Amino acid sequence: MAPYLIRRFGQAVLLLLVVSMIGFAILHLAPGGPMAQYAIGSNMSQEDLDRIAQQLGLDRPLPVQYAEWLWRMLGGDWGTSFRDGQPVLHVIGSHLGATLQLMLTATLLAIFLGCWIGILGAIRRYSVFDYLATIGAMVALSIPTFWFGLVTIFVFSVELGWLPAGNRETVGDGSLLDMLHHLIAPAMVLALVETAIWSRFMRSSMLDVVNQDYIRTARAKGLPRFKVLTRHALRNALLPMITVAGLQMPTLLGGALVTETVFTWPGMGRLFLDSISYRDYPVVMGILMFSAAMVLIGNLLADMLYAVADPRIRLG
Amino acid sequence: MAGELLLEVENLAVSFRSRGAVADAVSDVSFRLHQGETLAMVGESGSGKSVTSLALMRLLPDAPQCQVRGSVKLRDKTGSGMLDVLALPEPQMQAVRGNNIAMVFQEPMTSLNPVKTIGAQITETIRLHRPMLARAAEDEAVRLLDLVGIPAPRQRLTAYPHQLSGGMRQRAMIAMALSCEPSVLIADEPTTALDVTIQAQILDLLKRLQEQTGMAVIFITHNLGVVAEIADRVMVMYSGRVVEQADVVPLFQQPLMPYTRGLLRSVPRLDLAGRRAGALYAIPGNVPDPRRPPPGCAFHPRCDSFADGRCNVEAPRLDSTADGRQVRCLRWPEFVA
Ligand SMILES: Nc1ncnc2c1ncn2[C@@H]1O[C@H](COP(=O)(O)OP(=O)(O)O)[C@@H](O)[C@H]1O
Ligand code: SF4
Ligand SMILES: [Mg+2]
Repeated sequence: MAPYLIRRFGQAVLLLLVVSMIGFAILHLAPGGPMAQYAIGSNMSQEDLDRIAQQLGLDRPLPVQYAEWLWRMLGGDWGTSFRDGQPVLHVIGSHLGATLQLMLTATLLAIFLGCWIGILGAIRRYSVFDYLATIGAMVALSIPTFWFGLVTIFVFSVELGWLPAGNRETVGDGSLLDMLHHLIAPAMVLALVETAIWSRFMRSSMLDVVNQDYIRTARAKGLPRFKVLTRHALRNALLPMITVAGLQMPTLLGGALVTETVFTWPGMGRLFLDSISYRDYPVVMGILMFSAAMVLIGNLLADMLYAVADPRIRLG
Repeated sequence: MAGELLLEVENLAVSFRSRGAVADAVSDVSFRLHQGETLAMVGESGSGKSVTSLALMRLLPDAPQCQVRGSVKLRDKTGSGMLDVLALPEPQMQAVRGNNIAMVFQEPMTSLNPVKTIGAQITETIRLHRPMLARAAEDEAVRLLDLVGIPAPRQRLTAYPHQLSGGMRQRAMIAMALSCEPSVLIADEPTTALDVTIQAQILDLLKRLQEQTGMAVIFITHNLGVVAEIADRVMVMYSGRVVEQADVVPLFQQPLMPYTRGLLRSVPRLDLAGRRAGALYAIPGNVPDPRRPPPGCAFHPRCDSFADGRCNVEAPRLDSTADGRQVRCLRWPEFVA
């Protein structure tokens, strides 16, 4: 176990390094830059601009800037935001809660709904329900999240007036009920694609399992069908879902970014887009590294959980 | 074999329906099984042996996809009457499965649940039909594992199937099947997936267990060599039909149906090894597709006694001979002479 973890950790560090290089390069090579903010429409002199650039460390060659960023990062210093001078970790931290709340709610919702839809579709294969679920999943997967978000706002907020159109809470309220009320629509929107994915994987996994020999053995014992499902099929069918869960992190992060933007949800996704438009390099890099780490940790956790859940797997 | 009649199958027929096509996988199968008796069901792959046994267990797919006709009567373990298996409501059938009639499958590698311990899988069966406390069921499982010759049985309770060898897994399967002392055990090619020495051990085990418990065994195999060792009676299947049925000695001495003759010739025999070195006979051709059976005798395209104008026109019935054998062949009287 320990050598396995060390190896995985080493791989993760290497991957993060590559991600950071690519991210840094793309960011700095993109046209415009932090200095454009000051140059446009202001009456600062070239001297002032140069001084600011020097202060921000933007006047040096890229590799030097990268090396310095990396060196600081390794020392635990994520830098400070160009925008408001706050430490990057602090900026991310103040947006993290909202994102985690949204992602967690949507994921739980999607796992719950997706698994049920998949299981029912598998045991009632080719039934009306199965066809509807299949079509529903295809539709859900082909609808762009931002479009679904806008439609949701239009229907439930504008037309029906049932749900707030955005934000995490009503200013001045902030009760639990108020927060939940605000959470419903974005969680639903973010969960849609996830539910579709989960239901498809669950269905095929379940179909795979119910045709296995050991299911026939379980029936031959005299177990009722329902118990065959719950005691023998379900656990086996859920195993591959752990891997699916581990691989969902990037999709989830991408979905959160769009959902947060549509619903003006004060999370990391929106912070990321805002920071990009402000060319707030330290924050953008920080979020990038943070998200990459989340993806890697998600994968590692999934693999470890798999080893716990499947007696045939030994980590090593 | 003067034991009590345990199982009576009459005109059992199974057909599968898929995309309009109907396949008669099994038709017109009739046999009886008595206490302590071993009936071998023999035939090439695809001849309907597994489908027949799954029909007895009522484990085939449901109605529109799969149709089962005929009658299956099984002696009730508790009462004295016969149960009409094909007519039993599913809940009652669940009380019969694994209790009155149990089954061991071909693939010990895949027939046990990979994420449950051997102990959990055996105690589950025990407690399903014999209400008892978990501890008592565990002790019973240990006794069963010991009975089927698994060393250190108590330690094996916590083992997962992948931690056992194929032979040990099959022993565990047998222990599970025997856990409720069924009166009929169906063993569907239980040794086919195992290597030869393990095969012999499992056969010995089944023989010993049968002597101890007096259960009746339906032993399914495509290897007549195994049959000679274990069976009292043999039922040869071809293309979903019984083509010959006889006690084991007469059948081996004088097979009446050309298909049985072919099967016998294809058995590797140690006593002949010197004389017919290596040249093992195989019946030419393949089992017919049940969706398109040949006209007349289903075996005629492969038969070495085929009579043109007769065998490909007239479908042979299952005849009974004077000495109580059954044979499905138009020309069998000629073979006796
Ligand atoms: N679930 C099924 N659906 C359709 N056809 C089946 C099914 N199970 C078995 N069959 C067909 O029934 C015939 C007999 O199969 P089987 O009883 O498994 O043969 P074997 O003698 O090798 O055990 C084969 O032609 C097989 O294709
Ligand atoms: S009926 Fe004819 S073809 Fe069929 S087994 Fe007998 S001799 Fe052969
Ligand atoms: Mg078979």
